[in-house]
Amino acid sequence: MVAVISGDEVTRSVGGHAIWVRITHWILAASVLTLAFTGVVILMAHPRLYWGNAGNDLTPALLELPISRNYKHGGWTPETTFYAGATPVVSAVRTYDIFNENGWARSLHFLAAWFLCITGLIYLVTGLVSGHLWRDLTPRLGDLAPRALWRDFVHHLRLPLPRAPGGPPYGRLQKISYAGVVFVALPLMVLTGLTMAPAVAAACPWLLDLFGGSQSARTLHFFAFAVLFVFLIVHLAMVLLTGVRRQLRAMTFGD
Amino acid sequence: MSKSKLAVVSRRNIITGLASTGGLLLAGCTSKELPPTYGNVLRMGDLLTYRAFRMLLPAHSLAREYTHSDITSSPAIGTTNPADPHQPAFNAEHGPIYDRIRAAGFADWRLKVEGRVARPRSFSLAELRALPSRTQITKHTCEEGWSAISSWTGVPLRAVLEACGILPSARFANFFAYDDIAEGIDMIDALHPQTILAYGMNGRDLTTGHGAPLRLRVETQLGYKSVKFLDRIVVKDEFDDLGKIGSLQNGWAWYVGI
Repeated sequence: MVAVISGDEVTRSVGGHAIWVRITHWILAASVLTLAFTGVVILMAHPRLYWGNAGNDLTPALLELPISRNYKHGGWTPETTFYAGATPVVSAVRTYDIFNENGWARSLHFLAAWFLCITGLIYLVTGLVSGHLWRDLTPRLGDLAPRALWRDFVHHLRLPLPRAPGGPPYGRLQKISYAGVVFVALPLMVLTGLTMAPAVAAACPWLLDLFGGSQSARTLHFFAFAVLFVFLIVHLAMVLLTGVRRQLRAMTFGD
Repeated sequence: MSKSKLAVVSRRNIITGLASTGGLLLAGCTSKELPPTYGNVLRMGDLLTYRAFRMLLPAHSLAREYTHSDITSSPAIGTTNPADPHQPAFNAEHGPIYDRIRAAGFADWRLKVEGRVARPRSFSLAELRALPSRTQITKHTCEEGWSAISSWTGVPLRAVLEACGILPSARFANFFAYDDIAEGIDMIDALHPQTILAYGMNGRDLTTGHGAPLRLRVETQLGYKSVKFLDRIVVKDEFDDLGKIGSLQNGWAWYVGI
């Protein structure tokens, strides 16, 4: 979301985006788009989500996504039993040639993740030191008043939206969504991603406890992606509706 | 574990070509103790992951071990029968040999340990079972996205290598199987207490689908490093990409602790 100035905010000075915000924004944008694309390709290899420590084709899924020919494929030999019981432990041999492009998709995903983590760290440190995170992104108590939030929400639905300058100060809905992405969604993505890595889970088993197992982390990773995807759509819509040339110029050249 | 090897080759070549200019990014990584990047930007990212993990993470943290009631069902994928000529990684020379030794109950099977060890030798299944054993209930994490918890019983790789005398210059252990799959790990993972050569799964002998008679378990990396149907271990001083049967030349990362 991009600034839609209303009420008292009109009178405040408009500074545009700082150079470090512009640079990190575009590196992070490229990283996130690459992560989203490769993430979907990776998910297509096994479009089943689970809750808990482990899950596979022979255990019940929480959710199955019809996003590749691997969706509910029936290519398994009859099951053989390891342990009988209420929930029998079985094995079966896969006879189906699955869709799997994870060789390049995983490596590209992690390459983009390195760019995201390093750039994100630089962004957070600079944002903390410069005061940008607290001054411009952190919602104040007054910003969270339901009545004010509702008024801003309705205001955003009214077309055409007024053209807005790029950069802070941000409206209360902007603050809440940017803060949600910076402080909640992206850190959650990084932590749930790391939880899935066997070497990281061995070194930091508290991650497994925090998210309730590596398959739970994978499921949370997917839902955090879905939330970020919705953010991206609304963000792009607001850029388009408030003067796309001006917004792109502000985020690229700073004026 | 499952690697659609042939399908990725052409794409890999395209990416390699596009990324060749990026080769300067990680200059100085031509050391023979590190996996090569071939000027491919994806392999540079893999190398960064490997170096960062080795620098930041303790070498021998134990992967979580679970209880018997946590054991889940477990699919068998990839090569599930090295003697089946219709499987993608079938080896025309070793497949029929596997068929013969399996028919004899693996009585003639032997694990060869070669390369940079003081006393190269081979082990029968009985000799491996006579070494100190370890049983661990651990999670197999497949690169595809699924996982399974099983109980694995075997001999620590460290005990087998030490029985052969690891030379001080040794840096990598490479594993060759009865199918066209080979994988390597560094000595940090090779000497990890949970890295075992497993002959038992869930309290019984390994089935063919899960890698009989012996498979590697590397609990700190993804499932495809845990090579099934073991034939030979070769200890090396220098990195070996294992050619056409290794992961790298098929477009897959060599280090997959991630």
